[in-house]
Amino acid sequence: MAEVPLSRGTRAGLPPAVEVPGESALARALWGVRAYGFIAAMWVRSTMVYRASFAIMLLGSFAMTALDFVGIMIMFSHVDALGGFSLHEVALLYGTSATSLGLADLVLGSFDRVGTRVRDGTMDTMLVRPVPALAQVAADRFALRRLGRVAQSGLVLCWALSGVELVGSPLTPLLLAVTVLSGAAVFGAVFVVGGAFQFWAQDAAEVQNSFTYGGATMLEFPPTVFAKDLVRGVTFVIPLAFVNWLPVLRMLGRDDPLRLPGWVDFAGPAVAVACCALAGLAWRAGLRAYRSTGS
Amino acid sequence: MTDDFIVLEGLEKVFQVRRKAGLLRRERQEVRAVDGISFTVARGEMVGYIGPNGAGKSTTIKMLTGILTPSGGRLRVAGIDPSRERSRLARRIGVVFGQRTTLWWDLPLRDSYALVRRMYRIPEARFRTNLDRCVELLDLGRLLEVPVRQLSLGQRMRGDIAAALLHDPEVLYLDEPTIGLDVVSKATVRRFLSDLNSAEGTTVLLTTHDLTDIEQLCKRVMVIDHGRLMYDGALGGLHEVGESERMLVVDLERELPPIDGIEGTRTVRTEGPRQWLAFPASASAAPIVSRVAEEYPLVDLSVREPDIEDVIARMYTGR
Amino acid sequence: MRLHGVYFAVAAGSFRRYATYRIATAAGIFTNTVFGFILAYTFLALWSERPGLGGYDQAQALTFVWMGQAMLAAAALIGGGFQDELQERIRTGDVVIDLYRPVDLQLWWLTADLGRAAFHLLGRGIVPVAVGAFFFELALPSSPLVWLAFLVSVTLGVVTGFGLRYLFALSAFWLLDGSGLNMLSTLLSMFFSGMLLPLTVFPGVFGEVVRMLPWAATMQVPVDVLLGEYRGAEVLDAFGFQAVWALALLAAGRALQSLATRKVVVQGG
Repeated sequence: MAEVPLSRGTRAGLPPAVEVPGESALARALWGVRAYGFIAAMWVRSTMVYRASFAIMLLGSFAMTALDFVGIMIMFSHVDALGGFSLHEVALLYGTSATSLGLADLVLGSFDRVGTRVRDGTMDTMLVRPVPALAQVAADRFALRRLGRVAQSGLVLCWALSGVELVGSPLTPLLLAVTVLSGAAVFGAVFVVGGAFQFWAQDAAEVQNSFTYGGATMLEFPPTVFAKDLVRGVTFVIPLAFVNWLPVLRMLGRDDPLRLPGWVDFAGPAVAVACCALAGLAWRAGLRAYRSTGS
Repeated sequence: MTDDFIVLEGLEKVFQVRRKAGLLRRERQEVRAVDGISFTVARGEMVGYIGPNGAGKSTTIKMLTGILTPSGGRLRVAGIDPSRERSRLARRIGVVFGQRTTLWWDLPLRDSYALVRRMYRIPEARFRTNLDRCVELLDLGRLLEVPVRQLSLGQRMRGDIAAALLHDPEVLYLDEPTIGLDVVSKATVRRFLSDLNSAEGTTVLLTTHDLTDIEQLCKRVMVIDHGRLMYDGALGGLHEVGESERMLVVDLERELPPIDGIEGTRTVRTEGPRQWLAFPASASAAPIVSRVAEEYPLVDLSVREPDIEDVIARMYTGR
Repeated sequence: MRLHGVYFAVAAGSFRRYATYRIATAAGIFTNTVFGFILAYTFLALWSERPGLGGYDQAQALTFVWMGQAMLAAAALIGGGFQDELQERIRTGDVVIDLYRPVDLQLWWLTADLGRAAFHLLGRGIVPVAVGAFFFELALPSSPLVWLAFLVSVTLGVVTGFGLRYLFALSAFWLLDGSGLNMLSTLLSMFFSGMLLPLTVFPGVFGEVVRMLPWAATMQVPVDVLLGEYRGAEVLDAFGFQAVWALALLAAGRALQSLATRKVVVQGG
């Protein structure tokens, strides 16, 4: 066995292909984000080959979520207020919540495929590549057509802003932007946790719909509509209320039904960061479980 | 210097399996998929890793690549513990899974390779050189613009092998690289792997069901069954231990009495005009075929490779 | 007689096949229940503002919500039926094998879909309704005859829904990428079945038109049968409405299928 010729690196003039990158957590995270970027870009390029098909899907994505709002409008064709909120006020809730979900879905909408990947074994192929599996799963089948949803909810948001009087403060636009973005982060965390859960229960992809789409639907309506225990649940157990209810209620000059102290309205970003950290831990636990059982 | 590139010492993988026992009760059961395997592979070796289904081949490969965490024993690849430093190791190894592709199903081959380039951060010049070489040797030229889902199994396998080599891995793991391939694709793949190993010195570990793969590629073969290493040595030795036979199936023009008198063969079965001739796996089929063609009205023929399970069954009875 | 046996076996096999996806079923029950709660509260808010809206009292409106969640999977209102499988077989060309079978393609898929729907109605329907009835005051009928009529209506609804989905699925014979049409199919069934809001709440002429469309037969009509909106012999009108749409759609599907078959035979797949 000793007489094997060691001919590696004999191709003259070429640099070695393998460079060892920095292994710090930050370097890994940045590399993951970069990898997400180029994988997603590849998917965008490949869908753009069929432009007509893409346009139809974009329109479909727009129409699909627009239906929800048409439903709300039909409700308001019969009443002037729901739970004490006018159509414009509900539209503000709808616009913020649906935009947050739309952004999260755009960026991380492929986590429902984790179970399928585990079942058909393609998760393994992701694990032998030098890119964090989280980034690969997230960027897998990146679909720009989901912008249709974001556009639809964004339009509703603009329409709502044109019709409501926000409690004046120079910080209000900033609060609105922070609300939408931290909402997107909380929904994104829910997507990741749902994906991690599928390492244990491969067929359970539908459960995460309860929290994402179900949560978003709930946030589209005023909290006064729901039983107090339910509101308490989404505020503390799954902190979806920080996404949207608390800051929007403040902007509308309304009391929150749980009578929480005022600073809580601004806790969104902190809650979002905490949710993302928890989601990261859940993902690691899921991956570790997968790697010890193999399926 | 003996360079022990891959080192396994008492490697184990135990799965907990839940089985139905009665209507609602479920029983936990331990399955020892890999049960204390030790071997070393030197840099530049080409090793066959064979065994029946469920023997633990794929589980071993998954541990070698860092996908699975071992439950016991020690494992080093290029001095790296795969399960702890999976990403770092990933840049130095190439993996081909025969039954599923590592390529992107909906993307054309060329886009898949572009993604591989960025994932492995392969310098542009090196990427070009390697891709051109693979395209030429694996005959991928006309396939580069075709989405992977539209490729035949043989084309896809060639595409997969190229993808696994673009970053100049030091070791290539192949899990059943010829399964389901046609004869031409099999030959192309084998020739390519053999060249790769001798020209580049890439270490190759391949699992297979097809003993011809091993015969044509590997000087060394390891047999695994029930998670244990049953044999580690030259292929010839395996045949001695197993004394396996290949089968020549001939279709004659008409029904004839059993073929007789061809040296080194015995006719084990006849069915109408079709006859089965067994001959030692180590012997070449060519002279036998020409003798039969000379002496009998031959219409068609095929050679059946010895079943690996057969060989292993014989190994047990031989001991 | 022998062929009847075949179709029965197809339906039973389909039922059993879906019954093996236990975790998926549990996940579906969970999701349907969560959505049931959310929608129930929004309906409560709406009906407390406008009691009697759409001809329902509050308990009936809540029953509408929970029955809707119970029927969501069975009627395949947001996908999850046979369509993906059939389209995949059309794309890969395997459908040619199906066409040479001694059974009718449309009937084969219809019976398979009925088997699936039967499982989904039991497996994913009963628990959400039970949970809903526990937490809210529902208007579930006590007469077994009404339940029987409901089952007949659900069956007719599934057949109508099948007729619609079959038409969309066959588009794969002509379209390379049918995802746009599939999306349209889901969109229409979500909006016009009554799943989003009872069709009786839709305003004016729009509402009247919507209630005449085939999608109304898939969910709105069966729930109305359960809620006792059709009195006495009026139930037969409801069945008639569903049956007419079901037959018309099945006939259209058959016509489209023979066009598709001719295309496959001419082009050789």
